[in-house]
Amino acid sequence: MKLALIDAGGANLGSVRYALERLGVTPTLVRTAEELQGAERVILPGVGAAEEGMRRLHAQGLVEALRGLQVPLLGICLGMQLLFESSEEGGVACLGLLSGCVRKLQGSAELRVPHMGWNGLDLLQPSPLLEGINAEAQAYFVHSYAAPVTEECIAACTHGERFAAMVQCGRVAGAQFHPERSAAVGARVLENFLAWNPA
Amino acid sequence: MLSRRIIPCLDVRDGRVVKGVRFRDHMDMGDITDLALRYRDAGADELVFYDITASPEGRSADCTWVERIARVLDIPFCVAGGIRSVEDARTLLHAGADKVSINTPALERPALISELAAAFGVQCVVVGIDSLQEGDGQWRVRTHTGSPDAMRAPNKRTLDWVVEVQQLGAGEIVLNCMGSDGVRAGYDIEQLRAVRALCTVPLVASGGAGAVAHFTKVFRDADVDGALAASVFHSGAIAIPELKRALHAQNIQIRL
Repeated sequence: MKLALIDAGGANLGSVRYALERLGVTPTLVRTAEELQGAERVILPGVGAAEEGMRRLHAQGLVEALRGLQVPLLGICLGMQLLFESSEEGGVACLGLLSGCVRKLQGSAELRVPHMGWNGLDLLQPSPLLEGINAEAQAYFVHSYAAPVTEECIAACTHGERFAAMVQCGRVAGAQFHPERSAAVGARVLENFLAWNPA
Repeated sequence: MLSRRIIPCLDVRDGRVVKGVRFRDHMDMGDITDLALRYRDAGADELVFYDITASPEGRSADCTWVERIARVLDIPFCVAGGIRSVEDARTLLHAGADKVSINTPALERPALISELAAAFGVQCVVVGIDSLQEGDGQWRVRTHTGSPDAMRAPNKRTLDWVVEVQQLGAGEIVLNCMGSDGVRAGYDIEQLRAVRALCTVPLVASGGAGAVAHFTKVFRDADVDGALAASVFHSGAIAIPELKRALHAQNIQIRL
């Protein structure tokens, strides 16, 4: 399988690559729309800020390529946030593949932001991406911004407010948590993505 | 609900895991990858690797073992030791580290915190603080703590530094309470509470874990997000699965 791993400058590229290699898939690092051609599956990882992430995707000619993609796409962390219409972080327009706007987590004295650590997944809808994930599953999150719980949300998470932990719409999916760092739960989500055949 | 994190800390010297008492007299604990996998299997929530001689030797943490760990490990890990620039951090993050922790270099040049936050986001930037109570009752920071001969006291109050690093862009603070480190008599609850009151980012307690009850107490009484320990885990004195079951039984939110 030709799996394209987009290099948009995110610092967690290595961890995502190793996680895929542990599952027996060697991803191809992709920096341009041209290199994306022929990919059977695409992962958009991301650590950093939305503004910088979108700036890089624009500079690399990947914005239109990702919008027109005909194969399964998985955004991870910032990569998932970029799938939405816009982000409050830097007030930037994003890919618009999913409806809704990414907003900053509010936090409080007891609720620290960044939301950093293991938190439970609240499974909202059956999905092939959640195959084998049980109701007690926890995943590793590190983020200060979050996407809303909409119809496209298949799993939510709560840190004071509820937000989208996983989304799925057509061929587009996203995980706010880091599957590459979520032990067996994360490996299963990646495995599910590799086996996913959206209609 | 967010779980409290149990974080084994692996002090690294020359590619091996070592442990000292009160930052001195280091002894060999084993191979890095063996210990990393052992802790992953035991249910550790995160690992921290300190290249303890990097700062005193004026170099950054060694990225060859970082990459070795990143290939096998599927839980988050943080690397610390002699990170002095955005480029040093980039090398380690690209080798597979999830976060970098800076201590001495942040005190030498506080702008480094902001530079790292701007380049990688605050969530990648951990500030480690080595802190000791002095004769006047104030807690003050120490630098170059990897080696006793190089250790310095820059006359900065810990509580002031905690506020400053957050303003600069620290995404997490690890407070190493040096007075209780390695002696297994419990975390320094008083100091951690004082820091917690000023800390709006995640706070990790370090130094003093000796019994399961110490973990219960530090989560309950100091409201820390994570508890870090080394020798009790390395020696097998506390097994992580049992620790986590005990915390869960005490109604502390934990990942089982």
